Amino acid sequence: MAISLKVSKGIKTFFLEIGELIYFALRFFKEAFTKPFEFKELMRQCYNMGNKSILLVSITGFILGLVFTLQSRPTLMEFGAEAWMPSMVSISIVREIGPIIIALICAGKISSGIGAELGSMRVTEQIDAMEVSGTNPFKYLVVTRVLAATLMLPLLIILGDAIALFGSALVEYLKGEVSFLLYFNKVVNALKFSDVLPATIKSFFFGFAIGLVGCFKGFYCKKGTVGVGEASNSAVVYSSMLLFIIDFIAVFVSDIFFEI
Amino acid sequence: MKKDTNIKPVLEIKNLNKSFDNNHVLIDFSMDLYKGENLVIMGKSGSGKSVMIKCLVGLMYADSGEIHIMGKDISKLKQTDLNILRTKIGFLFQGSALYDSMTVRENLEFPLRNHKEMYENKDELVIESLESVGLLSAIDLMPDELSGGMKRRVALARTLILKPKIMIYDEPTTGLDPITAKEIIQLMRDIQEKYSTSSLIITHDIDCARVISNRMILLIDGTNYVEGTFKELENSKDKKVKSFFK
Repeated sequence: MAISLKVSKGIKTFFLEIGELIYFALRFFKEAFTKPFEFKELMRQCYNMGNKSILLVSITGFILGLVFTLQSRPTLMEFGAEAWMPSMVSISIVREIGPIIIALICAGKISSGIGAELGSMRVTEQIDAMEVSGTNPFKYLVVTRVLAATLMLPLLIILGDAIALFGSALVEYLKGEVSFLLYFNKVVNALKFSDVLPATIKSFFFGFAIGLVGCFKGFYCKKGTVGVGEASNSAVVYSSMLLFIIDFIAVFVSDIFFEI
Repeated sequence: MKKDTNIKPVLEIKNLNKSFDNNHVLIDFSMDLYKGENLVIMGKSGSGKSVMIKCLVGLMYADSGEIHIMGKDISKLKQTDLNILRTKIGFLFQGSALYDSMTVRENLEFPLRNHKEMYENKDELVIESLESVGLLSAIDLMPDELSGGMKRRVALARTLILKPKIMIYDEPTTGLDPITAKEIIQLMRDIQEKYSTSSLIITHDIDCARVISNRMILLIDGTNYVEGTFKELENSKDKKVKSFFK
């Protein structure tokens, strides 16, 4: 009896939270398109999220390309198909691995950062102070951060993909004596419009999900320092889960329009 | 300061009720605040003081009852009108609530962003406000470089920048050493003289209440238990009232 009660309470809480997140997203769209626009704060957030993630995304992308090529090489050599390496790596990275890995890295960095920042602002009554001073904290804190994440993530993913391909090219150059020019020539020939466009579109949704979940968890953080930790932690967990769901939907939709 | 039925209060609460599940925090709570008055509300922790002031500024919704600020029923105001009304109320938070990603100057400029005319004179207003709390030298510091007392002063300067008509102080001396607490109390008196504000002060600090109050309310079990001057309450024979003055 106690277990079934706990389960039903857990399910109820889960669906309540989903409902609240949807309401939060709807409020975002309402506030994002009404005046006043917090352009200066948006630019500041874009700079913070973009600039401070460049190094992390670059290192992740470089290692991703390097490891992916090193791991795939022996198998391709067995079939005498090393020549397909640039095509295989570029399609895999641009279509799927690059966006999802970079988005997961950013979920860990950006979403948790937003969750902790807004959570501590809530706990120390800074959000209340903003509201009392006649400023709309949702517009100032949430709209700017969600928009900044939505705009910055595609750029970070493009950067991560490019550096991953450079890492892959470096392995091919060192191991297979393939010049960078030849490697990137093959990459450009292999990639189609239908590989790049869906990946770019879904990266906007990834950014939106990362920003939205981080803000949602932080903005409604429960009181106390424990609450801040929980907000930060659950922001990463929820946004990572949401990224996979969005990815699944994106692949499904891309298949309809582009016949992958 | 005695109540005069001909004078309209600047702030009026009628039969306010607020519950959290089965916990009735405020039960038919009523009070008035008159122009130029310093009204102190005392009560034990959990007696509903903070909930009451949060309902006052619209940070929390009451279950029932009326709140009139400067003649306006806040429950009937649109969000934009409520925001305009809020700028006439200065709220000093217990923990100061300074924006920790901004400098002292930016903290003070923040409330001005929605007031075009005032924003154009922001430098003068920031300097004037900081001078009134004696902290002009801290203008470019970050909040984490300030002591507790300095934070409280900067928070006070931030609330003063919009020249509020009503000041609400939530535990203004909590967490401060006795000397700094005295300085803050003196500052509150100076502010009232300089800006002719009406003040609602929530405190546990009996010394603060003695020095600053014109009138006091004891909030016990969510109700307005007793009301009077500090002396009247201090000399009360009621056991519950006496326990506050021991």
